[in-house]
Amino acid sequence: MKRLALRMLAASTLFLTVAGTASAHRAWLLPSSFTLSGDEQWVTVDAAISNDLFFPNHHGMDPATITVTAPDGSAVEIQNAAKGEIRSMLDFKATQQGTYRIATGGGEPFYFASWEENGERKRWRGSLADMRAEGIDKKPDVEVSQSSRSVETFVTLGAPSTEVFAPAGKGLEFQPVTHPNDVFTGEPVSFKFLMDGKPASGLEVEILPGNDRYRDTPSVIKATTNAEGVFTFTPELPGPYWFTAGSEGDTVVDGMPMKVRSSYTATFEALPL
Amino acid sequence: MRAILTLAGLAVFSAPALADTMEVGIEIPRLTVAEYHRPYLAAWIANPDNTVAANLAVWYQQERRGEDEGETWLKDLRQWWRRAGRDLDMPIDGVSGPTQAPGSHTISFDTDTAALEPGDYVLTVEAVREVGGREMVQIPFTWPATGTSPATVSGETELGAITLTFVDDK
Repeated sequence: MKRLALRMLAASTLFLTVAGTASAHRAWLLPSSFTLSGDEQWVTVDAAISNDLFFPNHHGMDPATITVTAPDGSAVEIQNAAKGEIRSMLDFKATQQGTYRIATGGGEPFYFASWEENGERKRWRGSLADMRAEGIDKKPDVEVSQSSRSVETFVTLGAPSTEVFAPAGKGLEFQPVTHPNDVFTGEPVSFKFLMDGKPASGLEVEILPGNDRYRDTPSVIKATTNAEGVFTFTPELPGPYWFTAGSEGDTVVDGMPMKVRSSYTATFEALPL
Repeated sequence: MRAILTLAGLAVFSAPALADTMEVGIEIPRLTVAEYHRPYLAAWIANPDNTVAANLAVWYQQERRGEDEGETWLKDLRQWWRRAGRDLDMPIDGVSGPTQAPGSHTISFDTDTAALEPGDYVLTVEAVREVGGREMVQIPFTWPATGTSPATVSGETELGAITLTFVDDK
């Protein structure tokens, strides 16, 4: 029973994250270095869902969901992956010059269902196939939604490159205008969002500097994407940052009308000039 | 971006008749600290828009017994790394060199064979020390230079006096 309750808690937690509810349970990938020099370097990555950035205090992310992509687009072998209670980790060796992408979620959608049973509100989360197999879609007055969540970060050995940003054309995707490994305090930064391959305009974005536990005010920067899907802000504090955006719409999957939610979250670093 | 040129490289493209030597004096302060490592240092001539007109020197731990671990820390010269280093293939002939001990050092550039386009420039020297701090000192100058009196700007922590002198050797 305890286990079930915990699972339920985890599911509802994820739901909140995906729905973009403010200020709770932030998912993040934090690399040991964002910028590296030399011929090859080890990188270690922390992966967690927490309240404070970047201090583990809630859940470790499942490292099996994390992929690392090399500058040439090939998959990088993940080593020493470990699932921790409040923080997970993995290592990889960067051997190519250019920008690496570390990502989880991969845009693969999962489904939420919620319905009333014996006067109790039930919640379920899983794949479309499992939903069918378990008969969840036949529950009385079931409300179904489709969610995809991307959590990413980028690391550059040598000069920044852009091959890893090639869009898949599905869900909410990040595109650099300013390269995320070329961000400096006091300089305007522009990032771009695509939704299903097209500029995502009118998207509200929250940008947070890390180390919020040492500040009285979280210092959230809010921005909205323009017609080109671009938002612009100027980081004043040096250090790691986290930003997130979510979009919501309606769709029909296999004849089932449902809400579709897509969220994107990434971590980057602003260096002092 | 490999086209970022050293002063020597610039000579290929133009050679006005200016027989001057540019001397850059670099003072590395002696520090009383528990753990001292010689600083990594980069000296370059920047254009007003921060692009690099010429790399003068990059001092870092050179390859030793086939290990080039020194390049691991080049990114900590973060201004130079952003403006030039990350686009370069190290080492660079005539620019890369080993780290230097505390004291005064002079590096000379023969501007007779290394003509900059006439204009405004900024001599920039950046130093960063393992388990220490980082500092950058800049001296703006106009080329061709008028007069030979040295310009000096002193650092406060990781760098001592930085001096730029044009020596007329005609």
